Amino acid sequence: MSDIQKHFIQVVVENKFGVLSRVAGLFSARGFNIDSLSVAPGIDPTVSQMTIETQGDDHVVEQIVKQLNKLIDVIKVVDLSEFSFLCRETLLIRVNTARPGDREEAFRISEIFRARIVDSSPATYTIEVTGDTEKIEAILNFLKPLGIKEIIRSGKIAIAREEQHGGHRPSKHSIEGEYSHHR
Amino acid sequence: MKMSGAEMLLESLKRENVQHIFGYPGGVVLPIFDALFKDPSLQVVLTRHEQGAVHAAEGYARSTNQVGVVLVTSGPGATNTVTGLADANMDSIPIVVITGQVPTKMIGNDAFQEADIVGISRSCTKHNFLVRKIQDLPRIIKEAFYIARTGRPGPVLIDLPKDVIVDRADFIYPDSVSIRSYNPTMQGNRWQIRKAAQAISKAKRPVLYAGGGIISSDATKELLELVTLTNIPTTLTLMGLGALSGTHPRFMGMLGMHGTYAANMAIHHCDLLIAVGVRFDDRVTGKISEFSPHSKVIHIDIDPTSIRKNFHVDIPIVGDAKNILKDLIEEIKELNKPEPASKEKLIDPWIEQVDEWEKEHPLTYEHDTEVIKPQYVIEKIYQFTQGDCIVSTDVGQHQMWTAQFFKFIKPNTWLTSGGLGTMGYGFPAAIGAQKAHPDKRVIAITGEGSFMMNIQELATVASLDIPVKIVILNNKYLGMVRQWQEFFYGGRYSSSFIGQSPDFVKLAEAFGIVGLKASRHDDVENIILDGFSRRGPVLMEFHVDPEENVFPMVPAGGSNIEMIFEAPEQRDDRKKRDSILTA
Repeated sequence: MSDIQKHFIQVVVENKFGVLSRVAGLFSARGFNIDSLSVAPGIDPTVSQMTIETQGDDHVVEQIVKQLNKLIDVIKVVDLSEFSFLCRETLLIRVNTARPGDREEAFRISEIFRARIVDSSPATYTIEVTGDTEKIEAILNFLKPLGIKEIIRSGKIAIAREEQHGGHRPSKHSIEGEYSHHR
Repeated sequence: MKMSGAEMLLESLKRENVQHIFGYPGGVVLPIFDALFKDPSLQVVLTRHEQGAVHAAEGYARSTNQVGVVLVTSGPGATNTVTGLADANMDSIPIVVITGQVPTKMIGNDAFQEADIVGISRSCTKHNFLVRKIQDLPRIIKEAFYIARTGRPGPVLIDLPKDVIVDRADFIYPDSVSIRSYNPTMQGNRWQIRKAAQAISKAKRPVLYAGGGIISSDATKELLELVTLTNIPTTLTLMGLGALSGTHPRFMGMLGMHGTYAANMAIHHCDLLIAVGVRFDDRVTGKISEFSPHSKVIHIDIDPTSIRKNFHVDIPIVGDAKNILKDLIEEIKELNKPEPASKEKLIDPWIEQVDEWEKEHPLTYEHDTEVIKPQYVIEKIYQFTQGDCIVSTDVGQHQMWTAQFFKFIKPNTWLTSGGLGTMGYGFPAAIGAQKAHPDKRVIAITGEGSFMMNIQELATVASLDIPVKIVILNNKYLGMVRQWQEFFYGGRYSSSFIGQSPDFVKLAEAFGIVGLKASRHDDVENIILDGFSRRGPVLMEFHVDPEENVFPMVPAGGSNIEMIFEAPEQRDDRKKRDSILTA
């Protein structure tokens, strides 16, 4: 048995009502974890793209991929962990800036992390930052001393790097030699 | 030509070659039943409960390999189908269930008889649809039938709101289906098949373990050819019975919890396990870590999720069993060409060993000349029919005894609830099978517990004169529960005694059908002869030994070679002996 590892699974589904529920229901019914999830329509408006962050050993992840493929409305499933890939999430954070010097501090931290101040009130700044999980955790640590009023964190989205993943994407049915060679 | 949604539905069903609809009317589906009233080409089988309708459709489907169709109303009509849907989902039975729904504008408003059946049934159907506009209806019906019967078959539900039923639009039925996200793999990978053929030709102790997938893919001819060609000892799962004739010399019987000694021993000691159309269910494998521990494993299945879900596989082959077996046979023949006879000799000692196991512990029971032994009744029914009939069962001891003692000669003649274990399945399933095969003898073997779960269908067989023969093995207990309580719960028969059953003979008569009863061993043959020679539906009740147990038995969670042949108190010596035998 292999170790439990984090996996990012990209799922292309029909953009129809109820599909998210089918995917989420599959995870809960079969005891798989969803650590984060993000969904949005693709360029082709008839499809939606999901990035699911999950974890499990090889056996569990193989079942997740297969079970997702089995859903009628799922068009394509890619376990990004088989490739080199980029992963991003977005954080919206509102910090207190009431004390003297707070505003300057918040501004400095934002600069360092290439974050943007997107809203401001007399006593707060709202800061937007995008990055991988490490970066998000880091800026959070820096901002904490100011006093955090509110945090909203997006699900993660991920994309494979072009060179490994370009012209030859693995098809929906490409796990080993189980399948016939025409696929 | 403009048609209403109801008319479109019926026209579409006819295009799918549907002849029978199992169903029950109600508020929102009244326009459909009205259209059915005007159109005699589709026959409605009115059951007395929606669950009965779904099981009847399952029986219809399993006995024909065609899609069974159910039509019920919204709300409770829809929720009553859930058990049947779950049953069909587990056993891969192709059915299409059409439920009425409140008008689209009222969905979500807690309207009268509203239930979110698409949400409820999501996890117990292969797929489901909510039809939101009438223009989508023909395509959705076409897709529903296609999804139900292709790939790994299963239940599909179509939820049809009232406004869609009464709306009118032009009817255009699609000629073909194209679903970009659904393309079941039909052909097996040729390289994998070649590897499998090589493994088979090298194996000294191979076993074929085949299941319901053989029947779904109509691959019995190919399975027989493979067994004839290779002489490999074969075992079948509960769902697979009939895939190879129960009288075939290489058939070892069913495997698993109540499987034969020979089958379980052979699986344990084999060096190559060829699994076809099976899913390594826990009732089959017992303790998974000790299942077939010495074998290389070939697994052929159309559902990729079945592969490596429960058990390791060395040579996985995804695809349709019929196609793959055909290719496999070809490959084996090719390999055998140089020296055709040597292969058989290689496994001769293994076949002798299997024969020995068969002789050592054949399926048996203690005969009695007074009390009726349930196994005796089943043997007598087999002798009387010679297997030329369709048999359904419910769930429990009678189910296992039928699986053990009735020899299924042909596929599609055995209807049982395997995966879900649904008490109440058998009698309505027999009704469905009888509708599909009006001239065949159809027998529902049941227990008094299971039978009472869908007993209302007596009115269905009486009113439509459906000549199903009902055999109740009445032991006054929920027998399998009692057996477990006897073995594993200190004999405390908690809630398993149901001796206050009704007088089934009188009950049959009250419903307007013939009831017969046997209480003594000597009555059995006469009652069978009498009951089976009558024309219409007949209920035969047999008062059987109340504390008879099903053997062999692998206690839950145990290894398959730890079979017990008698109740555990007396089993110590035997266990020792068995462990010596299997060492």
